[in-house]
Amino acid sequence: MTRHIRRAAVFCALLLVALLVNAARVQVVRSGVYDHNPANRRASIARYAQPRGDILVDGAPVTGSRDTGEQLRYERTYRDGPLYAPVTGFASQVYGTTFLEHTGDGVLSGADPLLSPFPLWNDVTHGRPPGGNVVTTLNRRAQRAAYEGLDGRKGAVAAVEPATGRVLALVSSPSYDPGVLSGNDAGAERAWARLNGDPDKPMLNRAVRQTYPPGSTFKVVTAAAALDAGVITDLDAATDSPAPYRLPGTTTILTNEGDGCEDAPLRDAFEWSCNTVFAKLGVDTGLARMTRTAQAFGFNDVDMRIPFAVSASTFDTSLDEAQLALSSIGQYNTRATPLQMATVAAAVADGGRARTPYLVERTTRKGGATVATAGSRPSRQAMLPSTARRMRELMENVVREGTGTNAAIPGAIVGGKTGTAQHGIGNAGIPYAWFVSWAQGERDMEPRVAVAVVVEDGSARRGDITGGGMAAPIARAVMEAVLNS
Amino acid sequence: MTKAGVGTGTTVVAAADAPAPAVRLPRRRGVELALIVLAVLLSVYGYCAVGLAKHGTVPPGAAGYGAGLGVLALLAHLAVRLRAPCADPLLLPIAVLLNGIGLVLIYRLDLETPGDRAAPTQLVWSTLGVALFIVVVAALRDHRVLQRYAYVCVVAALALLALPILFPAVNGARIWIRIAGFSIQPGEFAKVLLAVFFAAYLAANRTALAYAGRQIWHCRRIQLPTGRVLGPIVAIWLLSVGVLVLERDLGTSLLFFGLFVVMLYVATGRTGWIAVGLLLASLGAVAVGRLEPHVHSRVEDWLHPFASIEAGQGPNQLAQSLFSFAAGGVLGTGLGLGHSILIGFAAKSDFILATAGEELGLAGLSALFLLYGLLVERGYRAGLSLRDPFGRLLATGLASIVALQVFVIAGGVTGLIPLTGMAMPFLAQGGSSVVTNWAIVALLIRVSDSARRPYAEQLDEPVDKNPRRSG
Repeated sequence: MTRHIRRAAVFCALLLVALLVNAARVQVVRSGVYDHNPANRRASIARYAQPRGDILVDGAPVTGSRDTGEQLRYERTYRDGPLYAPVTGFASQVYGTTFLEHTGDGVLSGADPLLSPFPLWNDVTHGRPPGGNVVTTLNRRAQRAAYEGLDGRKGAVAAVEPATGRVLALVSSPSYDPGVLSGNDAGAERAWARLNGDPDKPMLNRAVRQTYPPGSTFKVVTAAAALDAGVITDLDAATDSPAPYRLPGTTTILTNEGDGCEDAPLRDAFEWSCNTVFAKLGVDTGLARMTRTAQAFGFNDVDMRIPFAVSASTFDTSLDEAQLALSSIGQYNTRATPLQMATVAAAVADGGRARTPYLVERTTRKGGATVATAGSRPSRQAMLPSTARRMRELMENVVREGTGTNAAIPGAIVGGKTGTAQHGIGNAGIPYAWFVSWAQGERDMEPRVAVAVVVEDGSARRGDITGGGMAAPIARAVMEAVLNS
Repeated sequence: MTKAGVGTGTTVVAAADAPAPAVRLPRRRGVELALIVLAVLLSVYGYCAVGLAKHGTVPPGAAGYGAGLGVLALLAHLAVRLRAPCADPLLLPIAVLLNGIGLVLIYRLDLETPGDRAAPTQLVWSTLGVALFIVVVAALRDHRVLQRYAYVCVVAALALLALPILFPAVNGARIWIRIAGFSIQPGEFAKVLLAVFFAAYLAANRTALAYAGRQIWHCRRIQLPTGRVLGPIVAIWLLSVGVLVLERDLGTSLLFFGLFVVMLYVATGRTGWIAVGLLLASLGAVAVGRLEPHVHSRVEDWLHPFASIEAGQGPNQLAQSLFSFAAGGVLGTGLGLGHSILIGFAAKSDFILATAGEELGLAGLSALFLLYGLLVERGYRAGLSLRDPFGRLLATGLASIVALQVFVIAGGVTGLIPLTGMAMPFLAQGGSSVVTNWAIVALLIRVSDSARRPYAEQLDEPVDKNPRRSG
């Protein structure tokens, strides 16, 4: 019997070994697979176990955290949610994160390895450092001026600092409060359904994710290309351009809003936004040079990030002459985001260099110690410095005595360009009102701000929709806010 | 537990088959007391650690909890010291430590379910368990007395097993009875009674089982015992397993099956029984797995633990349990810092081990397994040292109950074998289970006392007669 008791004991020992080996398999060998299973809520619980770091504008947080005491403990809150929604995006426990909440998630949630004092420290301690902060380049007053200028009308504003590419304002309207999506209760679900079902698309970030036909504001690009190419050498020499202009190879006739565009010199044509002159100028400059200049400004860049992705602005690279003529006045397939057009204005203001815009100045630990800075951003010479000088002159004229007088700021140098973009089949849609501009204060060494404003307002009467009338005042308010701060 | 080897020299093992030499083994009651103090301190430490992790303060009841556990352990120790002075000094400390850890884990999970506090109830049941322990150790002077009550035991066991059929099913299993707000699982008690009966019956009939009966295939190895000897025990075994299948208590039916096969093997020394047992088990498992949807789903869950996730229904309990173990890793998250509550309603009972695995890690889990292993080993050792077949079989059976139960439930929640609802001995929430396990430890204390008592003091029971020819 003894032998058999021993064998039974050995059998039990084998069972014990099997348990130990299997426990090691589950807890060590397979643990990574189980930990990363999307149905495993531990990652979410750890993620929401501590307050999320903040997004800062002018040194003050525009975000916050609320302790709910639930399993997913801390929820995101927003101060001035609708105002900063195109920048912050939302951080929802159900619907994920967008915009800076998304691109800065590692730092904000504390998961970024850069935040831990030593490599692998978090793995050893099973903890995570407190969430860090994301410091934006935004100018609080410019942002508010843009938001209040749009006043709920559909549209967007983007403002950048010409010398650096720092984004000073990024506004989309109508907006929404991202805080309503924070929790994981039924309220968030209802808000999600309501926002997604809203025909005005409040969650669409019109400043960076929506492209519009830029209309006459694109004439800045066309003029720069023509000047760079030497097609125009004298701003005041008469151009050989008929009005109306028959698009090459077609019977389509292009006309102007006003008179006096026939053979108008570039200065006058730019001031009064002559379609015929610029359509012919684009054709004379040629597709290759037009394309090169447009792309140097940032068109057709599908990888642009600020740090979240910006929709690519497009300038078609395979056009016949008639299409090129239309494209040169910002129609046909030419489309641009408001941020892109702000970059165009900024390039003129900054001696022809188109700077890649950026929105995050630096990321910090909770205490404020810097984790990472924006670093140097690439810039391209979009036009010759001499061309930029002449473009400044042209744009200043527009504000001084042309279509953009509404943007004038006493005591400051302001350059601008209006645009009224036709769109829809047969131009049946309500036109978009555009204004791009830059401004330099009295005591400033160089232009401080470049702005692009687009207003797509279905409620206004068609005749009232002009870049100078609707968009320029908003641009002026934003520029004033920057110059005064 | 570094003193595992202390207290029993190799002489005891070597002496099992030969007449024991007249050496006087050290009784080691002081060691037992020291280990009990350590076990209580460890439990109190765990209790404090939970409080510190969850609320940043030592829980208000820490002193009371420690005192309660300490008094219980001390009383049990006194009972052993007075009535079983030669008993194995490791059994009681292990039981105290496991019960203490169990209370800590249940208290820890109570913090996540404020509406359902199980730890106080568990403490009451533990008290009852220790009381039963003291009664058994004090009242049962010689384990061989139990042999006389073999048939009382089996009738009681069958009655207890059958009782829950009259009560409604809970969570798919018909194994509980509810009396005055308390729910009792009679099958838990039945397994001890059945072990006593098996031991008594097999001890009385082992010769007939091993050597009588027809030979088949003209081979001595494969030999069927006479139906007269084998019949009753098989009938009782089938009856109990049948009842359990009716009640859908898979774990316990598996346990009874294993217990029966192990004890039959040890009693008769016939490897054939193992083969027959495994054959029957396989047939039964396949049949039940195919026909019974409850079992079938368990097997499916075991084979595909994440099927429900892929089907978009979220993780099932087994998947949650695996997540828990995985989250613990090697060192664990620390007491109070895991999320095993995600497992759901059985987190405190069947899945208590997942909390241990998550918060104590592989290190803590291995320590727990080794504690159980040690408990089982001490049981087997007592069986080896005894001289009467009943005692040997009883010790083996009791140790096997613990071993099989630990394997079935631990293997189930870690995905090693299909999951069957059972209680982790001493750890899991469940009154019947705690009381039964204290009874098992009490019986092991009793038989180990006999085993380690100096030969001269032992009663004049004949030694196992044919030790060499039984294999």
